[in-house]
Amino acid sequence: MIGIVDYGCGNLKSLENALEFMGFESRRMSGRDEILAVDRLILPGVGNFGHAGAELAKRGLAEALRERSAQGGPLLGICLGMQLLFEGSTEAPGIPGLGLLEGSCERFAGPGLKVPHMGWSAVDFGDLSGAAYFVHSYYILGWPAGRPAESVGLASYGHPFLAAFRSGALGGFQFHPEKSGSYGLNLLKEALRWS
Amino acid sequence: MVMKRIIPCLDVKAGRVVKGVNFVNLVDSGDPVELGARYDAEGADELVFLDITAGIERRDTAVKMVAAVARRVFIPFTVGGGIREVADAEALLMAGCDKVAVNSAAVRRPELITELAARFGSQCVVLAVDVRRYPEGLRVVVDAGRTPTQRSMEDWLLEAQDRGAGEIMLTSMDRDGTGLGYDLDALAAASRGLRIPLIASGGFGMAAHAVDALTAGADAVLAAGAFHTGGFTVRGLKEELARAGVEVRPC
Repeated sequence: MIGIVDYGCGNLKSLENALEFMGFESRRMSGRDEILAVDRLILPGVGNFGHAGAELAKRGLAEALRERSAQGGPLLGICLGMQLLFEGSTEAPGIPGLGLLEGSCERFAGPGLKVPHMGWSAVDFGDLSGAAYFVHSYYILGWPAGRPAESVGLASYGHPFLAAFRSGALGGFQFHPEKSGSYGLNLLKEALRWS
Repeated sequence: MVMKRIIPCLDVKAGRVVKGVNFVNLVDSGDPVELGARYDAEGADELVFLDITAGIERRDTAVKMVAAVARRVFIPFTVGGGIREVADAEALLMAGCDKVAVNSAAVRRPELITELAARFGSQCVVLAVDVRRYPEGLRVVVDAGRTPTQRSMEDWLLEAQDRGAGEIMLTSMDRDGTGLGYDLDALAAASRGLRIPLIASGGFGMAAHAVDALTAGADAVLAAGAFHTGGFTVRGLKEELARAGVEVRPC
């Protein structure tokens, strides 16, 4: 069973469809007990960091997710869900992320750089490299120094930024694997084995 | 870097795909789910479904189609046709499409763009613009090309961008269905004032046309008949583009 954290931030349909297509059973979860108990958990998210961070806190989910992670429970963050694993974002100063990883999000800026970064970009992720579909205005610059990781994937938009990672039971994709064709589906399947 | 995109477009009527040449002579040619999945497998970067169903049952059939497509297609897809208000767009987005395209309704009531962008974010809002060349310049036409307006293309694109459109899909009605190539002058003129992506539409007939459009300022090229009838594959086109030095997603 794969749990999808349901906290009112973004449409979960595409992710559910992708999981179903690959033969996984999934369920939306919004309660502390099920979030702690489920084998596999995905934290999705689209929209504003501040709104999402505040919703997670208000619903008691931030605490549950930290507890799950402290117990070594697998957790995969996608798009804004990946950003929320970090400490914060300049999108919403004062609203903390889950703080499971050190670092915070910055907004893309630069002459001629269209924001959001939207479309297909190459992801350099070792054996799992490919092209993935991104839609985001904020990014994490790189993997936190000194933090162990099995693999770190970078993409580039104006400059390199963190696109994917696997660090023990914690994983993250800045792009949308559920919208990245067969590459994305295979990656999602792979990530659901990480522990 | 963002790669240049190849976008097959499927016209749908009452839940079935039809093929349009200059938007007349419609021929039923398939199931949107099967076609969409085929294009996904073949390396299409995105899909556009234009719903030309008329009448009150349109929204329901479109929502059903979107839900079915979303279960089988795992690349972004846009749905356009008959979206007049936020509720129309919401029903489609909730069913699983990624973006909605608006055209005539936005020309008649430009606030629609503002409302959609505020509600769903600009990344969900595609403005489809049909243009025709007149002695006085490129003018916007509406109602699938049947009704001319006094609106200049350049003027309308800039207003739409300011109102929050996330992307422009520009169709040359002079070129649509001819296979003679995209209207490069229109694309160059359109791209000059735009900070948002521009999709070239109307006139694709050979790989060189796509290269020309992408060089003239388009971020993506859209085609319909050329792919549907099997004369062109997305994969083959991408290989030719890569050989011409255009960065595309390998399939």
